[in-house]
Amino acid sequence: MNLNLRLKIGLTILAIFTLGSVFLPYFTDVDPSAQGTYYRRLPMSREHLLGTNTLGQDIFWFLVFAVRNSLILGVGVSSCTVVISVIVGLSAGLIGGIYDRIVMVVTDSFIAIPSFPILIVLGTLVRGRTNFWLLGLILVVFGWAWTARTVRSMALSIREREFISTARFSGTSTLGIILKEVFPYVYAYIVVGFINSILFVINTEASLAVIGLSKVEIPTLGSIIFWALNYSAMFVGQYTWIVAPVVATVLLFLGLFLTSTGYNELFAARRGHS
Amino acid sequence: MSLIQYLVGKIVTYLLVLCIGITITFSLPRFMPGDPIDGYLAQIMTQAGQRMSPQAMEELRQSLSELYCLKGSLLSQYFGYMKRVFLTFDFGPSLSSFPRPVSEFIANALPWTLGLLGTSTLIAWTLGNLIGLLAGFFHNNRIATALEVIGVVIYPIPYYIIALVLILLFAYVWQIFPLSTTIRPGPLTFEKMKTIFHNSFLPGLTLVLAGFGWNILGMKALAYATKEEDFVTYARLKQVPPRTIMVSYVFRNGILPQVTALALSIGMIFNGALLTEILFSYPGLGLLMRTAVGAGDYNMLYGTITMSIVAVATAALVIDLLYPLFDPRIRYR
Repeated sequence: MNLNLRLKIGLTILAIFTLGSVFLPYFTDVDPSAQGTYYRRLPMSREHLLGTNTLGQDIFWFLVFAVRNSLILGVGVSSCTVVISVIVGLSAGLIGGIYDRIVMVVTDSFIAIPSFPILIVLGTLVRGRTNFWLLGLILVVFGWAWTARTVRSMALSIREREFISTARFSGTSTLGIILKEVFPYVYAYIVVGFINSILFVINTEASLAVIGLSKVEIPTLGSIIFWALNYSAMFVGQYTWIVAPVVATVLLFLGLFLTSTGYNELFAARRGHS
Repeated sequence: MSLIQYLVGKIVTYLLVLCIGITITFSLPRFMPGDPIDGYLAQIMTQAGQRMSPQAMEELRQSLSELYCLKGSLLSQYFGYMKRVFLTFDFGPSLSSFPRPVSEFIANALPWTLGLLGTSTLIAWTLGNLIGLLAGFFHNNRIATALEVIGVVIYPIPYYIIALVLILLFAYVWQIFPLSTTIRPGPLTFEKMKTIFHNSFLPGLTLVLAGFGWNILGMKALAYATKEEDFVTYARLKQVPPRTIMVSYVFRNGILPQVTALALSIGMIFNGALLTEILFSYPGLGLLMRTAVGAGDYNMLYGTITMSIVAVATAALVIDLLYPLFDPRIRYR
């Protein structure tokens, strides 16, 4: 499979999703999660591209807002996790010693501990008071470890390279070395980690929402499926209600994944030449 | 690093992971706004307020705070909790089906989860690595590329989507498998084993599909990289048969990072298994957790969570302890 092909497909999908979820909401003034806005169970038509559901919501607009909210949550949470993982990973790799060992045990624990059961408990404890951003905060706590691990192993491998010593002997400060010499190397891994983190966040929130343990009133890629399952969309023949979010999720995840691997290999190839 | 050093290191890490995990579960209700006991009592009041005397309420409050170890200083609470988890495995009685202890429910559910998870992970890992090896070794072959594309497409799809699609296809459109699990209790006969297999097929398939894409991609990359190493070129020039090169040279080396990666990702796989169980109503830990949430059964919830952390950490430890079997460098040094 051609590397650039992967990146091209991935970026195209992501661009469509991003543009669509940024600009489309300006074309409607109806709250998609309000119930009983339209007649129930209308078939697909030009007015309702995917029909309306049992709750009297327009499936297409609900889906648009679902994609938008999931993307916002994913990008917001991942921006925070990336900062944490870079700080933790770089410091562990560059400082080393006892500090590195302690940090790595904590990181490995966060990777090893199954986060889903803990999220289920948190969902129960704050039930009724669940705030979308509180959920985001919890996802930050469980999302930083993988990227921190990759960044740290990268930092370890460059620490001993000659150009670092050259920079140090020519009088560059530690901060300068990190910013000017180490960062350009780790940068690609940070981008890949960022995209993977978006995948993780959207997936986890959607998983919780599908079983009704997230804030299901807010449209997300998971809550739309939760409502469809709750109102037995398949049995009353409302296929679009469940098939559309499934297709959208698969496409979005594929887009994110192709972008992340495509970018990774593009960067690996570029590094190989220079 | 000698073998003993390796084993001791792994066991120490295991204990640390357990401690951190248990500490997180311990501190969860304490960081949350509001008192879970008050919430729970209020819930009971609305359900059975008429039938409970104030004295019984107070007794319930006492026993609840004892169960959550909310008595005494934070430190003594902490050690009390640790003791219950590590020494006695006692999580108190289930609150929704009262005198039966939580540990009994967990003991019933755990074999289902472990059976489903163990079988499907083994299949996904073996199958994925084989496909990945072929795709990496014959990377110019068209079929190999097609296999890799399958891996790329399946890997990022989340568990719940795969579960939904399988339910739609095989339990709804083409009704050959049940929508949700129904297994009657009773002695293990041939008939019952058939029912179990029939009911476990779709959840198992979900876990295999969700797990093996990752193995294909990992092994493909490793096999492709190893194939270009000097010692493989040397073997090729020495006219070692290609099949021997693939199995004894490329596979033997590529399998090592895959074992380590499996140990690291077992937590992720477990998360997916819980969700799959809930979606298929499969009688394992995941479903137990979901019913506990629905019934507000905090004892059950804490029991199942603690148990899942222990189970995942132990599974990772077992894989780590098996690692020297694959890697002679650790055994003989």
